[in-house]
Amino acid sequence: MSFWTDPIKVVYDGLMLLLTGWGLSGAAANVISSLLGILLLITGAMVLDIMLVWVERKVVARFQGRLGPNRVGPYGLFQPFPDIIKLIIKEDITPDGADKVVYNMAPIISLGSVIFLWAVVPLASTIYGVDLNVALLYLVAAGALGTLSIIMAGWSSNNKYALLGAFRQVAAMISFEIPMVVALLIPTILAGSLSLKVITEAQAGGRWFFWLSPLGAVLFLISAIAELGRSPFDLNEGESEIVSGYHIEYTGMKFGLFYAGELLHAFTFGGFLSVLFFGGWHGPWASQYPLLGVFYFVAKAMFGYWLIMWVKYTVPRIRIDHMLAFNWKFLTPVAFALLVVTAVVHSLLKNAGFWPYCFGLFFSNVLLGWITLEILRASTRRQRLAVEAPQPAAQH
Amino acid sequence: MDASQVIFILSAALIIASAVMVVSTRNLIQAALWLIATLFGVAILYAVLDAGFLAVVQVVVYIGAIAIMFIFAVMLTSKDMRDKGPQVNASWPGAALLGLLTFGGIFVILSKWDGLGKLPGEIPGGADALLAKLGVALTSPELFVLPFEVASILLLAALIGSVYVAMNKK
Repeated sequence: MSFWTDPIKVVYDGLMLLLTGWGLSGAAANVISSLLGILLLITGAMVLDIMLVWVERKVVARFQGRLGPNRVGPYGLFQPFPDIIKLIIKEDITPDGADKVVYNMAPIISLGSVIFLWAVVPLASTIYGVDLNVALLYLVAAGALGTLSIIMAGWSSNNKYALLGAFRQVAAMISFEIPMVVALLIPTILAGSLSLKVITEAQAGGRWFFWLSPLGAVLFLISAIAELGRSPFDLNEGESEIVSGYHIEYTGMKFGLFYAGELLHAFTFGGFLSVLFFGGWHGPWASQYPLLGVFYFVAKAMFGYWLIMWVKYTVPRIRIDHMLAFNWKFLTPVAFALLVVTAVVHSLLKNAGFWPYCFGLFFSNVLLGWITLEILRASTRRQRLAVEAPQPAAQH
Repeated sequence: MDASQVIFILSAALIIASAVMVVSTRNLIQAALWLIATLFGVAILYAVLDAGFLAVVQVVVYIGAIAIMFIFAVMLTSKDMRDKGPQVNASWPGAALLGLLTFGGIFVILSKWDGLGKLPGEIPGGADALLAKLGVALTSPELFVLPFEVASILLLAALIGSVYVAMNKK
């Protein structure tokens, strides 16, 4: 066993040897090594977060036909650092009448709810925080904490716009949590487990769940964007209506924590998309060399993040009644129909061999998507005809 | 004292302290936030007892639900959301006596129990097997599928009823 085949184990054994050599007991050395591991994971996520600011600004610039940051460092790569210095030295303002403890706790919980998620993400075959057997429920639980932080921020700011933004976020969260949970059940059925490690391992050899359930991947992506509160579902910010909503009163690094949390959250959901539907760390030679697996995972997570950005900078914000109708009349029924279809096809073709199973699931997804589109087309045609129908002359 | 005992004492202190704050704070929203702290402490206890599923469900259900309760509290109360009246009514000595008696009774029963002061043993078959059993029990026709479905229908009826009450009658 060398560093290249199982890096975490090698580093852990080395640390334990070093710490027990210093005269610590085995249990204390174990606690210290685990804490160091947690610190390393969080630091890695936060350093990546700093660079995500640059990625986000550069990508939005490309979508909008601009150059983006290009002055500080090559390709503007060092732009986030002056931004951070600016955020840190800005005046820290607490609004009059704010509930100070809640006000100051909200940004911490906001970023914390995202960092929680990294505990269950399998970065490679042997590199993961913890293999939780209820990891997907844990994802939903962390989302509830994130929403709580938004309400805390909105209420404690003592600002009507902030409170309105928080209200809208709860309306979105309650409704979009349902298709999200149902979409999470699709990989669960296919892999037979809620554990992200098992779900990743079930996708070995290019048998990505995206091929088995493309509709499920799309549903998960849509509800993830709603959960993130990103455009077109960014009603909780709505800068043209409620001047950026729940974090309107936050200044300096407190705003910075919300911003960092939002970017890291989007990237994390890109990571979940890759784990659930695009094979996670799987790739050529990834099972022998876990560090290569980390590279594949980050690359696929970046692809998911790019998809989310693509939607964000292409689609305008939708009205709140449209958003709710979109969820309750389209997303939720389709998600439940897909769940039933996947469960039935999975149990019918489970023992029918590899290719019938894959084709059966793929084409049942395509068929369901096509039927959905036909129903939508028919209903919009009816609405259009109703509007176009000759109206009786105005009554006098 | 091992790590799980330290975590138990800390989370028990969190639960009791925040539960006292829920009933003693005068600000409605802060009471809701303290309630979240209480329920979060209970989730930690579940996690210490190897019931990861219950811990996660506790967070999903209660913290998600309290987010909604928060909104009702803000929408249904007056501007200040501060309770200015007295915090106890005339029957508080009776309630205190009842509380003390209950505590004393539980204390006496627990002090006679020989499991007190022992660490929890290993769960036979592991926590995951137990969870799988729970899932099978909830969906198998011989066990609890009927009560489970009846409970769902009850919730559905409540949902339809609330829609009917809220609907504009033409």
